[in-house]
Parts: sequence; structure tokens; C-alpha cells
Amino acid sequence: MACISPDGKPTESGSKMLRALQAGSGSPEEIANKAGLPLFRVRSGLRELTEAGLAKQKDDRYELSEDGAKLIK
Amino acid sequence: MEEIKEQTGHMPRIGEPAPVFDAVTTHGKLKLEDFKGSWLILFSHPADFTPVCTTEFIAFSEIHPELQKRGVELLGLSVDSVSSHIAWARNVEEKTRVKIPFPIIADLNKEVSLAYGMIHPGQSKTETVRCVFIIDPNQIIRTILYYPLTTGRNMDEILRIIDALQTTDKNGVATPANWRPGDMVVVPPPNTQEMAEERLKQGYECTDWYLCKKKL
Repeated sequence: MACISPDGKPTESGSKMLRALQAGSGSPEEIANKAGLPLFRVRSGLRELTEAGLAKQKDDRYELSEDGAKLIK
Repeated sequence: MEEIKEQTGHMPRIGEPAPVFDAVTTHGKLKLEDFKGSWLILFSHPADFTPVCTTEFIAFSEIHPELQKRGVELLGLSVDSVSSHIAWARNVEEKTRVKIPFPIIADLNKEVSLAYGMIHPGQSKTETVRCVFIIDPNQIIRTILYYPLTTGRNMDEILRIIDALQTTDKNGVATPANWRPGDMVVVPPPNTQEMAEERLKQGYECTDWYLCKKKL
């Protein structure tokens, strides 16, 4: 897991993506800009965060889930 | 024949869609589609902790900023494990102070290596040779380079090819032998006699009707 450590805490790149999502929903391109990460990392990370239930996908946009919001509080 | 095909896998060609993959890397699980919209250099090396590969990884890391300026991502590959890749990257950084900034595929089951024809049994039945696949933002293979196990790759040439491909795409021209950015480019050859005659009046530098160059 590149975004979530085995102990369940977000990695540095995972935290950047979650914080970008906290600022509002966005496309992978918008999140990559906000998070300052390469687009390929963000696409892969969003897949991981969605599978872990920390983000939700609606069409081509992503937003923070309740679990994701709790994790970065 | 079948045995050779089984050992080598599919041999992709220029102009074909790049074979899709879903791979474990040092930056997590990555799919080919994650790179859509960017240029991608997918390259293989024979093995971690080997001398020529180490010099190449340092060299790829050194050109990484130049590639980023051109919208190009790098993705390495060998049949070693993620743990081996991590240990090697850390060792390279410790010994040479060069950080490996790009992901490396751990292709333990050779799925990606076989899809891209990276194993050449005449060189090695177990290791990938030194391949370079330049894949465009539409995920079409635009260049394939193969180097033997004993010859390290030339980063200047890789950058030159990227510059040439991007210049071709942007301007609809070709690039002559040993072309460098700033040099004259080749105007596509005419398809009709009328176009051939008109071409000679257009102010290009022409050796003859079929070989004309211009400044960009």
C-alpha cells in the first residue's frame, strides 16, 4: 500500500491526497495539482483510498468519505 | 518455435498500443492507464545490485528533471522483488547521494517482461535485457531500443529522441540524422508533382525536391 501504512495510518503521500480531498472534491488532475504529486501517483493513490473506503468516486471526481475525514482529523 | 515464443513473449512494435499492465512497484500498484496523458519511458534492467545497472539508474535519475520539463515519466523494471528494489535504491542513495525518484516494477512473475518482449533468451533466459519503450500520451509505442547486457544506455540519445518525437508531433515534420533541438528539420516529402514544384518556391533549404529542410 503506497497511501496507507500497514498500521492503518496514511503515508506522507496519502496525507497529501486526503488533505487535497478535504479542500473539496476534484478530478485526479485537480488533486494532483493541490497535492503537488505526479498524476500517475494520484490516480493509483485514489484507487487505493477508494478501495480502503477513505475516498468516494462519483463519475470522474473524488471526494473524502466519512472515514477519510475522521482519519485526517 | 513455440518454445522460443514462450520464452520471449509478445514482441511489441512501434505504432501499436502499449500492452496494458497492472504491476507492483516501489511506489505502490501502478497500471499503464495511470500514465495516460503523459509521455512514459518504460525501461528494463537485468538485475538490482549490478554495476552497469547502477550506473544507468544514477544516469536516469540525473536526467529525471529534464524529462519532467518535457512531461515525461520514468518507470523502471526488473524481475527482482520490491524489497530488493528498495534496498538497492537506498544503497545507491547512501553510496552516491543520488535519490532514485521514479517507480520500479517488481516483475517477479515476468508478466510485464513477457508482454513487452524484454526477455531475450540468447542473452539470458531469466533476466530482462536493457529495453527502452517510449510511450506517448495516447499510450502508443513510439520508440523501442534494445541494448545488450554489457552496454549501458546513452541518456543524451534518450532525451534527443523525446525532443525529436515531441517536435514531430507539434510541427508535423521529421528530424534528420544527428538532429538536435534548434537544428533545421525535414519537411515531409511531397505527394504530387505539383507539390514538388511548389515546394522549390517556398524558401526551404532544398538539396532536391524530395529533401527540403526548414528552421522552426
